[in-house]
Amino acid sequence: MTVTAAFFYLFSTVTVASAFMVIASRNPVQSVLFLILAFVNAAGLFLLMGAEFLAMILVVVYVGAVAVLFLFVVMMLDVDFAELREGSLQYLPIGALIGVVFLIELILVVGTWAIDPNLIRVPAATIPPADQVTNTTALGRVLYTHYFFAFQAAGLILLVAMIGAIVLTLRERLGVKRQDISRQVARTQETAIELRKVPFREGLKDVA
Amino acid sequence: MIPAVALPVFGPALPEIILSLGALVLVLVGAIQGERSTRLVNWLALGLLLAALVAVLMLPSGRATTFGDAFVVDGFAKFMKVLALIGSGAAIVMSTDYMRREGIDRFEYGILIVLSTLGMMVMISANDLIALYLGLELQSLAAYVIASFHRDNLRSTEAGLKYFVLGALSSGMLLYGASLVYGFTGTVSFPGIAATLKGTPGIGIILGIVFVAAGIAFKISAAPFHMWTPDVYEGAPTPVTAFFASAPKMAAMALAVRIFVGAFPGILAQWQQIIVFISIVSMAIGSFAAIGQRNIKRLMAYSSIGNVGYALIGLAAGTAAGVQGVVVYMAIYLAMTLGAFAVILAMRRGQAMFEDIEDLSGAARTHPVMAFCLAAMLFSLAGIPPLAGFFAKFYVFAAAIEARLVALAVIGVVTSVIGAYYYIRIVKVMYFDEPRGAFEPMDVNLRWVLGITSAFVLLFWLPGIPSRVLAAAGAAARSLF
Repeated sequence: MTVTAAFFYLFSTVTVASAFMVIASRNPVQSVLFLILAFVNAAGLFLLMGAEFLAMILVVVYVGAVAVLFLFVVMMLDVDFAELREGSLQYLPIGALIGVVFLIELILVVGTWAIDPNLIRVPAATIPPADQVTNTTALGRVLYTHYFFAFQAAGLILLVAMIGAIVLTLRERLGVKRQDISRQVARTQETAIELRKVPFREGLKDVA
Repeated sequence: MIPAVALPVFGPALPEIILSLGALVLVLVGAIQGERSTRLVNWLALGLLLAALVAVLMLPSGRATTFGDAFVVDGFAKFMKVLALIGSGAAIVMSTDYMRREGIDRFEYGILIVLSTLGMMVMISANDLIALYLGLELQSLAAYVIASFHRDNLRSTEAGLKYFVLGALSSGMLLYGASLVYGFTGTVSFPGIAATLKGTPGIGIILGIVFVAAGIAFKISAAPFHMWTPDVYEGAPTPVTAFFASAPKMAAMALAVRIFVGAFPGILAQWQQIIVFISIVSMAIGSFAAIGQRNIKRLMAYSSIGNVGYALIGLAAGTAAGVQGVVVYMAIYLAMTLGAFAVILAMRRGQAMFEDIEDLSGAARTHPVMAFCLAAMLFSLAGIPPLAGFFAKFYVFAAAIEARLVALAVIGVVTSVIGAYYYIRIVKVMYFDEPRGAFEPMDVNLRWVLGITSAFVLLFWLPGIPSRVLAAAGAAARSLF
């Protein structure tokens, strides 16, 4: 138990600290790296809760794809974040005011929170006991069996997005040299090689 | 051990399955054949829509649900799906010549129309909030793309971008409302929500309904969420505008009926006032703002805003008669819109398209048949008997009066009289102004669309037709109650 607690505190401390560093660090590349650190530690927190599938997905999708994409964009775009941030201090009073208002609202909401017992119902898909069904199986059952229809419809939406992106942006570019394999293969000796008789001691001046 | 899993019943979703598999095949055909396949893909897309239409008509009668209750097929769904398929098919038929002349005849157009239609059918059949959102998104995402289909044209890309940004905003509002409704009822399924919501609902659920209503009002371009409509209708290529004004609008209206009548019947008084307000504002904006328009596509945009207002009168009644009115209204509106756009698409001299009302000057002398058909459409849109538009308005007003919404019906009649001014002004321009030169002869496809819709609008009063349409719509509406 104590080991779990220790790991929980380790992961959560590092998550919060690296999340803070994401916004505090001056170098955008370092920000993205801290973001990755935050993701990995959040994945550790998921593991502690027994949600191994979510933990792995977090690493694969967020670290493997999203964060790398961020890094790519940060490196591609030459944005000077320090310069962008220069004037931000002058908005501090207004920002702080809005923050305080939100904080008060949040306290009011949490303070008067009361859940109507009638509202707690049986969820559409109940959570199966963890010792019988792994959560990969459980998620698979919900996603591919119960929500089969929604899953397929979402796939079609992605297909539309892909077709749309191609339709609106793909252009046939002229004047680009392309490798045409069928033309290369179709070349014969006659079309590929030209034999010229070069006269002795005259050079190449009128051959070409 | 793999536990035995019961396969869902696929039968009720057969038309949707045909469309989705067919769309995938079309993508392949287009990708393999390249740009040469445009004609083929368009005809195949039309064939797919026809196949889906046949499949819808062959579905067994009665109510059937599948996919864990997320998808429902009933009389209402079938009626609206038939209308959506007809509207989309007409959009493809009307587009081919225009797209070729403008040099934007890429094969993706037909595929996107098919996918958009698939989204509409999912919307119409939605029985829970998730299916509703997915259908809506599928339909709108394809619509955003085809709005900017003329990608080298500044106005077309502007229309697509505007539509996309505002559409995303409205989707966000709809989702926020849906999440509130889910949070306060504990279920996403419409029957489940209906069973939970009875008596006086809490403030949270009302907030949720307001947001859902705002999101849907965006999609049907009802005031006060109509700002995008004139710009998008003007900027998008004309056949695309014809598509936007017909099938998706009708599907979104079906969705509104489905969610308000299907999920919130127990708290009619709560959402009735929202719908009444939206309806009145739409009718007013549709009739007043259209008066100053010079561009006929913008005028049609305001006309469609006003027409949505009239259709919402039927929804506001919240009764079977009201829903019947909505269904009849949307069917007749579909015919009138397609007919009017067939004429707008024929306004061409040489290679140039004309879009101003003044360009129609004296069309009665140069093109008597076309001008007569357009005049019939406009008189019908103005609601003048014995044309179809009169019956459409008559049924929604009658339903409103039955539901004791007399003030709403009176406002509807007044705005309809004001709206008649700008419709009849076009007739005056066509019949009494000096001709500005003839247009090119109308394309064959457009002739067909104009001929069929004109026959429908002109001959609707013949004995037997209104009663049959009414009976079919009545059966569709009763399947919801």
